Amino acid sequence: MNRTLVVIGHGMVGHRLVEEVRERDPERHWRIVVLGEEPIPAYDRVGLSAYMTEAAAEELVLSGQEVHRDERVRLCTGVGAERVDPQASTVLTTDGESIHYDALVLATGSRPFVPPVEGAELPGCHVYRTLDDLDGIRAASETGAEGVVVGGGLLGLEAADALRELGMRPHVVELAPRLMPVQVDEGGGAVLGRLVGELGIEVHTGAAVDSVHKGPHGGVSAVSLTDGTVIYTDLLVFSAGIRPRDELAESAGLERGQRGGYLVDNGCRTGQPGVWAIGECAAVDGRCHGLVAPGYQMASAVADQLTGRGDTEFGGADEATKLKLVGVDVASFGDAHGRSDGALEVTYANNAAGTYAKLVLDDDASTLLGGVLVGDAETYNTLRPLVGKPLPAAPEQLLFPDAGGGGGTGALPDDATVCSCHNVSKADIAGVISSGRAEDVAAIKSCTKAGTGCGSCVPMLKGLLDEAGVVTSNALCEHFPRSRSELFEIVRATGVESFSELISRYGTGRGCDICKPAVASILAGLSDAHILDDEQATLQDTNDRFLANMQRNGTYSVVPRVPAGEITPDKLITLGQVATEFGLYTKITGGQRVDMFGARVEQLPEIWRRLVDAGFESGHAYGKALRTVKSCVGTDWCRFGVQDSVSMAVRLELRYRGLRAPHKIKAGVSGCARECAEARSKDFGVIATEKGWNLYVGGNGGFAPRHAGLLASDLDDERLVVLLDRFLMFYVRTAERLQRTAGWIESFDSGLEHVRAVVVDDVLGIASDLEEAMARHIADYTDEWAAVLGDGEKLSRFVSFVNAPEAPDPTIEFTEERGQIRPAPIDLPTPAARGREFSSEEVSA
Amino acid sequence: MNWQRICSESDLPTEFGVAALVDGHTVAVFRTAADEVYALGNVDPFSGAGVISRGIVGDRDGEPTVSSPMHKQAFSLRSGQCLDDPETRLPTYPVRRRAETIEIATS
Ligand code: SRM
Ligand SMILES: Cc1cc2nc3c(=O)[nH]c(=O)nc-3n(C[C@H](O)[C@H](O)[C@H](O)COP(=O)(O)OP(=O)(O)OC[C@H]3O[C@@H](n4cnc5c(N)ncnc54)[C@H](O)[C@@H]3O)c2cc1C
Ligand code: SF4
Ligand code: FES
Repeated sequence: MNRTLVVIGHGMVGHRLVEEVRERDPERHWRIVVLGEEPIPAYDRVGLSAYMTEAAAEELVLSGQEVHRDERVRLCTGVGAERVDPQASTVLTTDGESIHYDALVLATGSRPFVPPVEGAELPGCHVYRTLDDLDGIRAASETGAEGVVVGGGLLGLEAADALRELGMRPHVVELAPRLMPVQVDEGGGAVLGRLVGELGIEVHTGAAVDSVHKGPHGGVSAVSLTDGTVIYTDLLVFSAGIRPRDELAESAGLERGQRGGYLVDNGCRTGQPGVWAIGECAAVDGRCHGLVAPGYQMASAVADQLTGRGDTEFGGADEATKLKLVGVDVASFGDAHGRSDGALEVTYANNAAGTYAKLVLDDDASTLLGGVLVGDAETYNTLRPLVGKPLPAAPEQLLFPDAGGGGGTGALPDDATVCSCHNVSKADIAGVISSGRAEDVAAIKSCTKAGTGCGSCVPMLKGLLDEAGVVTSNALCEHFPRSRSELFEIVRATGVESFSELISRYGTGRGCDICKPAVASILAGLSDAHILDDEQATLQDTNDRFLANMQRNGTYSVVPRVPAGEITPDKLITLGQVATEFGLYTKITGGQRVDMFGARVEQLPEIWRRLVDAGFESGHAYGKALRTVKSCVGTDWCRFGVQDSVSMAVRLELRYRGLRAPHKIKAGVSGCARECAEARSKDFGVIATEKGWNLYVGGNGGFAPRHAGLLASDLDDERLVVLLDRFLMFYVRTAERLQRTAGWIESFDSGLEHVRAVVVDDVLGIASDLEEAMARHIADYTDEWAAVLGDGEKLSRFVSFVNAPEAPDPTIEFTEERGQIRPAPIDLPTPAARGREFSSEEVSA
Repeated sequence: MNWQRICSESDLPTEFGVAALVDGHTVAVFRTAADEVYALGNVDPFSGAGVISRGIVGDRDGEPTVSSPMHKQAFSLRSGQCLDDPETRLPTYPVRRRAETIEIATS
């Protein structure tokens, strides 16, 4: 480690450079100092808009954060570079430190351009570039009020959509006669304008901001446009383009490009030896690139040069773009405006469906040059990699592959770039599939990084898997060629009421330990019959069959419900008395309740009779069902609490108790952001805010821990309950067997966004149906144990032996440890490890 | 053969199992959808726990089975053979139905 690389700017591209140099420098020649002006390490600026409504800052963290723990890397956040002295090879920081460099890379990005209009400096005027900017906008936002975004490009539309998500009434002002003028042509612009208008965003094209007016409080109060419109607003967001940040040019003696930016050659080298510029601040051969993929390519080229891999050059940019607005598909790629000599255009517009598509072809219509897609951009992923390549099929077949034709991933040549964020080709991906290293999308992601950037190539990864014949069969088991969610729909639609009928009509054979409990859960979700009624009883796993969890020696554990973990001293005493009387082992569980172990089958009814008499009910510890809603003490006692978390947790646990699901459901409610109930590690977690509740979904502990993601924020009690009703019912209906909420959410192409669209925005129009189904569940709830105790037929099954009902099973023996019983070790005739390998997912509870 | 009455037919629903105590042996008795009755040892050879009677009754490739509720290995109801481990087999017991009762013989 004898040479020092200084990187100025810790944005997306600077971070990538550090990662790549580190990877390619195993001999550790380079010590790296990174100066980042922002207060936190590099984050996913591309995903910034998500921060407005859902993602917490830490969810925008970029991969490769381990670099900061590398002793080779020194990251200074909140520290800017003030000046560069090329003679002395030093950088002077805003902290006053002078740092010597052997190599210097400028990665300072861009700043938003604010047009010189009167009043643009008033409080209430914002830009849209950093986490700080978004914090400012969010704090200034006001539900129901007007907000104005200046600039109708890609970022302006994202900003307007973010204002909409914040509950505001956004306007977009665009000087050009259409939105996204850089990417979209006139025909596409017309369709786009309509779609954006339908979102509730008011569009003013062909107009500019004339002046910004100051109100009595000194901030913005209104905006006048050049077309005479006046909008009363106190929130303005400028998103009218970006300018490269090249302030260090003078001191460093660097030349600028004609339109700004550090002028560099194709290898990103400035005129000063040992100084490079990459990312948005670099004017490569005079031209700046405002997207992340070209920046990554520059980082890679410079990393090669620094680590002695030769003079890799920046290979030119893929300027393809896709708008990231839910419900408005826009994509543009290659020569979208048909500016090449002799370019031909093939256009399809469907006004009724609100779609527009254009392909640009070379003069003999044999090579694809570019295209524009609005309203439906599904073919973007297959078309984009074909740019510059011979057309594999007629244009209309490429645009409408469903209509029969050569679309899809099959049409792509091997060297086509499938993932442009990480520059991964079709051949790279096909390679990991055919070598057996990747059998699903998740594995492709971890082997090649493809799909881990903007995510837009994920459907292609699926296509490549299909093409390679990797069948991801969704058959439940040998008896049903269908998935759980399909069976759920069948049962719902046909009204089939029994397993026998279902298997005779839709399956083969007599069933097994996989399909029987799965169908039992489906039937339980659609009717109010007791799970041990008639044939239903024969479908249940032993836990459900005896309404208790089976233990290693064949005894059972008993877990009464203790909603939210709140329990009276009297009830605690009852638990102690019952455990003493029946000689049970007791333990406090991880779910804020008490588990009593070592009960023999024939003891269960007597134990439960005592518990039910004392006011307890089943805790469903044995079922794929709601387990616990964990709580913290909240405002009742805690000096930090901002909402009554215990009351809410009790309410939710009582509301959803007994709900049968594809897997267990756990929940938590915390009274403030300190999060003592660990709600974000639960399938649904509720965290109090000053204004109400934030609802998180898709968390779990267990084998593959997940932090729950934010579904909606600042909800009042009633809205929280409505969203939860919908969320849980949607999960119960559509998830696969043994799929917890996290895996279920990830199974949608757009993940949490899709769930939000269905649950919060009701894009499928099923919200009321889901709410009604939940209302039925709640109305039909009865305690399973109380019902068994009143039913002689069901009780008769709780015997040790059918011909000696009271005789204890001679195979059950206990020893004692720390003053309580525990199962005596069993000598096994067969080594326990053998037999069917079962994944721990399959354990019964 | 020494036949012992275990229960009446109505105590054993279709596709269900019950445990019985016969001469100190614990036995699991099952009735299939085809209305056949089988008796196997009740002790799961993999865990040593007396739980086989509480397993789910079904079939694998047409062979009637019960799967151990402990760790889910499947056993043939006809032979007691474990279908997931060729070296493991449950004992089987002669079983018959007479006058609507189910009987098992131990020796
Ligand atoms: C009793 C308890 C441990 C304890 O002494 O604290 C426990 C015990 C069992 N857990 Fe658990 N888990 C218990 C809390 C947890 C927690 C912590 C929590 O809930 O806060 C977790 C991690 C959080 C999570 O689930 O996201 C946990 C993750 C698991 C998993 C892994 C789940 C996963 O998604 O990977 C399993 C296996 C499964 O369900 O497939 C499991 C399965 C089991 C089973 C049911 C295994 C079985 O079938 O025998 C254990 C039997 C319990 C019994 O007989 O009563 N248990 N288990 C806890 C009961 C809580 C309750 O009151 O209901
Ligand atoms: C809302 C939004 C959405 C976007 N969506 C997309 C998209 O969908 N697709 C796409 O390709 N691109 C998108 N972009 C653009 C993309 O984010 C940028 O191209 C990318 O971040 C450029 O990376 P960079 O490292 O060059 O610059 P930046 O990420 O801006 O990083 C530069 C960093 O350097 C710091 N800095 C500047 N000067 C100094 C100094 N003197 N000393 C120390 N530090 C300094 C800055 O504070 C900043 O943190 C989007 C941008 C925004 C704002
Ligand atoms: S799940 Fe883990 S902690 Fe819980 S009982 Fe099983 S082994 Fe023990
Ligand atoms: S193209 Fe962005 S992740 Fe693959």
